[in-house]
Amino acid sequence: MEALYLLIPLSLAIVVLAAWIFLRMSDSGQFDDMDAPAHSILLDDDRPPPMDITPKGGAVPKDPAPPDNAGR
Amino acid sequence: MTYNYKVVRQFAVMTVVWGLVGMLVGVWIAAQLAWPQLNFDIPWITYSRLRPLHTNAVIFAFGGSALFATSYFVVQRTCQVPLFAPKLAAFTFWGWQLVIVSAAITLPLGLSTTKEYAELEWPIDVLIALVWVAYAIVFFGTIAKRKTPHIYVANWFFGAYVITIAVLHIVNSAALPVTWTKSYSAYAGVQDAMVQWWYGHNAVGFFLTAGFLGMMYYFIPKQAQRPIYSYRLSIVHFWALIFTYMWAGPHHLHYTALPDWAQSIGMVFSLILLAPSWGGMINGIMTLSGAWHKLREDPILKFLVVSLSFYGMSTFEGPMMSIKTVNALSHYTDWTVGHVHSGALGWVGFITMGSIYYLMPRLFGRAQMYSVRLIEVHFWVATIGVVLYIAAMWIAGVTQGLMWRATNPDGTLTYAFVESLKATYPYYYIRVLGGLLYLTGMAIMLYNCLMTIRTGKAADAEIPKVALAHA
Repeated sequence: MEALYLLIPLSLAIVVLAAWIFLRMSDSGQFDDMDAPAHSILLDDDRPPPMDITPKGGAVPKDPAPPDNAGR
Repeated sequence: MTYNYKVVRQFAVMTVVWGLVGMLVGVWIAAQLAWPQLNFDIPWITYSRLRPLHTNAVIFAFGGSALFATSYFVVQRTCQVPLFAPKLAAFTFWGWQLVIVSAAITLPLGLSTTKEYAELEWPIDVLIALVWVAYAIVFFGTIAKRKTPHIYVANWFFGAYVITIAVLHIVNSAALPVTWTKSYSAYAGVQDAMVQWWYGHNAVGFFLTAGFLGMMYYFIPKQAQRPIYSYRLSIVHFWALIFTYMWAGPHHLHYTALPDWAQSIGMVFSLILLAPSWGGMINGIMTLSGAWHKLREDPILKFLVVSLSFYGMSTFEGPMMSIKTVNALSHYTDWTVGHVHSGALGWVGFITMGSIYYLMPRLFGRAQMYSVRLIEVHFWVATIGVVLYIAAMWIAGVTQGLMWRATNPDGTLTYAFVESLKATYPYYYIRVLGGLLYLTGMAIMLYNCLMTIRTGKAADAEIPKVALAHA
């Protein structure tokens, strides 16, 4: 079953790499705050500005309506 | 300074186009199994040549484009920087389309390595490797120059999928080229089988699971406007998943020439895998806490949440089928096909559709899709299609398994193979119907997207000047 001489060391190497990355990230504080990151993506407003359909195009875009994006 | 939405737009549009193409081929081959006359004795459209075209199109063209589109979108928005190396990003788009077109030409011609989900011959494999290296540079380069200190969890899932697929592809596709269109695998016999299914199951685990979980962890909270239920769990879920998936491959080789101890490892790790998988599912579904009412009105949320239900089903069914005694019944039957499609249509398909419906308006300057009602119609048509498909395959599969193993008291087989075929024939018709419904849903999606693009305007969003809250 010679293929395992390749696959097992390779998979172990990947596991070791994963463990190393995890420990480095943990030490550098990536996992210190387990609450804020979940909210930060929600604070990122990715809605496009309302399309400008006034005749002369001089209108200033209104502030976007409060988030309620059912189906949007 | 704007985000690079151009490459996101390109991939998002092609996701829908390739989805339609790949599923059309799927319906065609399902029809060929029910009505073999549909082969027309034309080599290029025979079932044997179209089946890999179908699998490659839906996994790599449809699924792949969706992963490129969403990973490029999410990494930019969560790192608050435009994509690193935009020219390389553009190369990944055109290179990937060239891979797909090459597949569409070579597979019907019968040029195939015969390795499942790795049928493409060596020149295309080289192109895939080049595109993938460029992808890794763009993705990780963007993370490296991020303005937000914390790397959002979705990016971990995307990153793991990018790295692992690179390793899997290069190792499994290792071959000795003989002509431009023919190569021989570096491995042979059961050795090749082991490498193939180490690749095959990790392709499911990292391409079809980890990558799409990245999508899930971003688009579900965004659409529900609720934070992930437990961010801590998402981190734990990620690491548990990637440590366990690597070892499940042998469950494809139960009762074959693969050594027993290797089969047992595959079985045990597949069972362990149930825990992290369901951790992720629960995390995603419970994100709807306090927002369950939104499901009533919001068809995008329906797609996203129902995708997780199918994910839970498939990640329960899979470990069960990995048990050797169960596998003795299910292997080589249509139950495997049912399992694949519950994951593919239910999980991968639906999470993609929900994510693309979220993305498309934003990429074209619109507040919402051209028709929210059509999203709702799509959801119901597709769901009925999935249920018909998988139920038909479960019944057919178990019937096959039972009939194939039935023996008379004197030890001879009770049924001839053709009798099992006769018994399962009706379910082939139902499968065509299920697939046809799912395809119809995709056509509705294409129409809705085209109308959204026509009435919209391609625009790149401004990058916020203030970095996101201290994460």
